[in-house]
Amino acid sequence: MARIDLVDLAHSYGGNAAAPESFALKPVSMTWRQGGAYALLGPSGCGKTTLLNLISGIVTPSRGQILFDGVDITPLSTQKRNIAQVFQFPVIYDTMTVGQNLAFPLKNRGVPKGEIDARVAEIARLLDLTPFLDRKATRLTADAKQKISLGRGLVRSDVAAVLFDEPLTVIDPELKWQLRSKLKALHRELDLTMIYVTHDQTEALTFADTVVVMHDGRVVQSGTPAELFDKPAHTFVGYFIGSPGMNIVPAEVRGREARIDGHTIALDRSYDALPPGAKIEVGVRPEFVDVAPPAPGLLSANIERIDDLGRIRFARVRIGDAKFAAKVPPGFSIADSTAGLVFDPSHVHVYADSLLVEGKA
Amino acid sequence: MSVTLQNVTRSVDGIPTIRDVTLTLERGTLSVLLGPTLSGKTSIMRLLAGLDKPTTGRVLVDDKDVTGFDVRQRSVAMVYQQFINYPSLTVYENIASPLRVQGKPRLEIEKRVQEAAKLLKLEPYLNRMPLQLSGGQQQRTAIARALVKGADLVLLDEPLANLDYKLREELRTELPRIFEASGAIFVYATTEPSEALLLGGNTVCMWEGQVLQAGETPRVYRHPDTLRVAQVFSDPPLNIVGIEKRNGSVQYAGGVQAPASGLYAGLGDGSYRVGFRAHQLEVANGVAGRHAFQATVTVTEITGSESFVHLNRDASNWVAVLHGVHEFPPGHVLDAALDPNNVFVFDTAGRLVAAPSAM
Repeated sequence: MARIDLVDLAHSYGGNAAAPESFALKPVSMTWRQGGAYALLGPSGCGKTTLLNLISGIVTPSRGQILFDGVDITPLSTQKRNIAQVFQFPVIYDTMTVGQNLAFPLKNRGVPKGEIDARVAEIARLLDLTPFLDRKATRLTADAKQKISLGRGLVRSDVAAVLFDEPLTVIDPELKWQLRSKLKALHRELDLTMIYVTHDQTEALTFADTVVVMHDGRVVQSGTPAELFDKPAHTFVGYFIGSPGMNIVPAEVRGREARIDGHTIALDRSYDALPPGAKIEVGVRPEFVDVAPPAPGLLSANIERIDDLGRIRFARVRIGDAKFAAKVPPGFSIADSTAGLVFDPSHVHVYADSLLVEGKA
Repeated sequence: MSVTLQNVTRSVDGIPTIRDVTLTLERGTLSVLLGPTLSGKTSIMRLLAGLDKPTTGRVLVDDKDVTGFDVRQRSVAMVYQQFINYPSLTVYENIASPLRVQGKPRLEIEKRVQEAAKLLKLEPYLNRMPLQLSGGQQQRTAIARALVKGADLVLLDEPLANLDYKLREELRTELPRIFEASGAIFVYATTEPSEALLLGGNTVCMWEGQVLQAGETPRVYRHPDTLRVAQVFSDPPLNIVGIEKRNGSVQYAGGVQAPASGLYAGLGDGSYRVGFRAHQLEVANGVAGRHAFQATVTVTEITGSESFVHLNRDASNWVAVLHGVHEFPPGHVLDAALDPNNVFVFDTAGRLVAAPSAM
């Protein structure tokens, strides 16, 4: 396994002379530590697959370098980079047994038989594949085949990194739970650097120690799941992480107060020097706003709908023209189409031109 | 109008794919077919559409037998998991195509396409070609075409499965409103319990070609007739533990004994299986009236708003969900607790015998 450094890395499918704004990946420099579990998260077209393809060597960057343990590997082919990959659909040999499929990447590299057997047994045990080792792969379900693909990706202990490209897309929800927690346990046991590309926030947040959120060719935030949830650095992160996403509404902010739709709410921190002319917005997650009976002093909103998600209920409301979601406390019954909103000031953030502003205590 | 499947069975090469299904769908309703892959959701849709014929049983439309009728003689529109549009036609022409086939006057076509485009937020893209659109916009085009047709029966087979997470979330919240506005019979297939909950309407819970339970979605979720229904309608997976009730106390498998309080009080002596969803398993100790367990953490998954704690206890795997960020190291022994008023109790045949009273 290896530490991976991206140094001023950028890519345009139109070549280096293309306009900077058209780059599929805008210049990025960052370090991924050895043995880390990373997720690249973003919607289609955000550049996450481009970044993965640059790391695997399928695509050569227009600009910048990729270092594995300090060594520039930018000019090397995929084969020479010593990485393992797992794709969206199972890639296995139907005519081989499960055991032969798992052994294949090792056999290919001339690893001694004793070592192969030991490693295959370990991976099979970790993935609950031991009872199937002598079965032909062809008769297995799609789920089981994808498990074998995961096993083949993980079987080599000497790889610089294992790259996963949406590996659970074709898996049913219940098995997804099992495989996701399995992958996380595997990461801990095998001490491999893992990079997991997905558009699914649940997969990204539950798998990774560090989630790299991409939007429009840029890395907009890189952090732990808790950091992305508690303190989104960009309104896009607020919107994309969380379901429903963060409420983001236009506001006038002065000192410790924000005015939203003619109503003032308190802020936990002070915002004095906001950039002049910037678009100022307030962001607050639905989890930190409760609906309550309308009362003087509360921001009032029109309730459009209640979403009952089983373990939590969200009210979909409108503040003026803006859509807004708020938590319905357990036992609270909605009698009226109007409700008051109660904000938790410590979770209300201020954004200037989509970027988080750090207030003063 | 209503559509009914009456004792419908279908076998392919002698293997039953649909087993004795009876189901009635009424005009202006939305029914979610919920079940894992290969549970028969798509087969049911094909039977409703007339694309396949039942091996035995009948298909009725308003009490009229249409079993032998071909799909072209029925008023049906279908949306598939893969976005299907005419690549050489603009979005406008794609949506208009069923109306052109029906020979509708130009002004009516214009009006109905604009209405559907407005409903699905496609107005800015009407002059584009489908392949110039995002996946979500392409699928909205396919849905608009299905709606504009004015079919009595609209079938959507996992229509959001190939879309990005956020687009799925947006379309999910829009769909109930779109269904309400149209007044047709909607049938929506999904593998995801959360999708059924968000869409509301009715849920038809499927397993191995059978309808296990059908009813209003919150009712099926909160009052699953059987252990299997509770399993199909739980995400994270349902937690299960066996109990023995004897002489006013319950013995949990793996050795925890507790007074038979709460829902257990009304049970006769004997063996039962207790099912509880992740949010019903509390991580706490010393709370009065709770039944306490010790379980070993295998993995903690943190989404920011919630933490899913995977636990191992007496050879069974449980999941608990906690609000906020809670990291427990693997191997950590955790105090977990069940509220005996907040569990589902099933008999040994898997039939529900006690459920939490409605919230």
